[in-house]
Amino acid sequence: MNRDDFPILKDGVIYFDNGATTLKPNCVVNEMVNYYTKYTSNIHRGDYDNAMKTNEVYDKVREIVKDFINAKDIREIVYTSGATESINLVAFGFFKKYLKKDDEVLINKAEHASNVLPWLVLEKEIGIKVKYIPLDENHELTIDNIEKTITDKTKVISVAHISNVIGDVRNIDEIGKICKSKNIYFVVDAAQSISHYKIDVEKSNISFLAFSGHKMMGPTGVGILYGKKDLLEKTDPLKYGGGMNQSFESNGDYILKTTPIKFEAGTPPIAEVIGLGEAIKFIKSIGIEKIHDYELKLKEYMVEELSKIPNIILYNKNSKSGILAFNVEGVFSQDTSVYLNHYNIAIRAGNHCAKILKDDLEIKNTCRVSLCLYNTKEEIDVLVKALKNSKDIFKVVI
Amino acid sequence: MDKEIKRAIILDNYQNPINKGLKKDDSYILKNTNNESCIDNIDMMMKAENGVIKDILFDGEACAICTSATSIIIKSLIGKTLDEAEKIITNYQDMINEKDYDKDLLGELIVYEDICMQPNRKKCALLPSNAVEKILEVIRNEKK
Ligand SMILES: Cc1ncc(COP(=O)(O)O)c(C=O)c1O
Repeated sequence: MNRDDFPILKDGVIYFDNGATTLKPNCVVNEMVNYYTKYTSNIHRGDYDNAMKTNEVYDKVREIVKDFINAKDIREIVYTSGATESINLVAFGFFKKYLKKDDEVLINKAEHASNVLPWLVLEKEIGIKVKYIPLDENHELTIDNIEKTITDKTKVISVAHISNVIGDVRNIDEIGKICKSKNIYFVVDAAQSISHYKIDVEKSNISFLAFSGHKMMGPTGVGILYGKKDLLEKTDPLKYGGGMNQSFESNGDYILKTTPIKFEAGTPPIAEVIGLGEAIKFIKSIGIEKIHDYELKLKEYMVEELSKIPNIILYNKNSKSGILAFNVEGVFSQDTSVYLNHYNIAIRAGNHCAKILKDDLEIKNTCRVSLCLYNTKEEIDVLVKALKNSKDIFKVVI
Repeated sequence: MDKEIKRAIILDNYQNPINKGLKKDDSYILKNTNNESCIDNIDMMMKAENGVIKDILFDGEACAICTSATSIIIKSLIGKTLDEAEKIITNYQDMINEKDYDKDLLGELIVYEDICMQPNRKKCALLPSNAVEKILEVIRNEKK
């Protein structure tokens, strides 16, 4: 759907690497160009017309994000550079202060590096314990296993809403309930789900939520950290400088602004924030449920067709998102992706930054197709046809 | 060399690479090498005595180009002196990097002479040569 909004598609590329980054619709790019060509100015510092316009457009995006994830207050919405920075801010700005030695943080082996490494560093720095919730035989995270892993020492559960390799959709409503009843902080990495699944931070009792603009049809370089207001008030910034301070004196006294401004030192990515706002408007104009249903149908079609090819191994047939991990039997994933590139098909080969999942998957590298709303059945047919001819792989790649 | 023959040699070395599998033996020198921008990742171990390469083993996960190049490089280097090995490797790297090189020194490694047509595969072909370089450096430093 909406293919005309994505000029890149006219060049014939079959873009199945949406888990890495999505394509950008015209409305996003146009609004950014407007800022650059019609009213460029910095924020919060000018009294002239263009500066006031920039302020207005830039601040409005906080409102748009707040409504999109059903936050209570715009002060709960922090602009960051992306999901990675958001999670780092949570780990080092908040939890480094409030966790103690032997407190447990529960993650799992299918998490992206950005939701593993910050915790491993805290483990080294302040002696918390990082524990891995076991995955089931489909490499998915179950409520049962979460409950079994929780102990009296569990203080944080931090999981991706949708994992970027297996594509399983975690039941964040249910996990949120458990966290609420046991007084556990709930951190959700929504990088892979934000443009595919409705998120309601209140309903799911989320303490902190992280996502990136570029995986939701917005620009690179911008992302969001949502945090409950009382938690963000207790969180320290990781960056200090202009814009975020109330005052400072030569005797060393300083007063910071309040959340979210205290986290946003320096000139922010203004055009990107504006683009992010447009991306959310674009998603809303189609309807996120409609996007999700469409992508899931496509995935089911793809699974059905690929299952008919004997030498294709599918790793996550049943997960309820547009992500499919596979390999061609006996072929290294990178050779498959080089081969598919000859058909102008863009997929991803590798470990997808989930380097410890190999412990469970017994295979380090997979090919990954990740769908978005502009993908079509016809594109999947091209993929299927290419993979049916996979005995030719080495003729093409060597 | 005919393209079909080249492909057959590469494919054979990919599907049946020589000396795949490491062993525990302190008389070997072991180095890992991987491409930051892709997913090839190999370990290589070499044993040299009196300036002559006695054995090379490898293991890892890598694409057809990288695995086959590792296999052919191993075959080309066993039995050579360290100086000869260094010459072969430099010459091979020059070929991949489209510099002047000496065809006669290359033997079977000539099958990669067209790899520069696929620039993103160059690093796959170069990976095992980086491992060899790292190991030769250790040996050279040991001798000093
Ligand atoms: C599940 C998940 N979390 C976090 C990230 C990191 O996002 P970014 O690189 O935009 O910060 C990614 C990106 O691939 C992801 O897939």
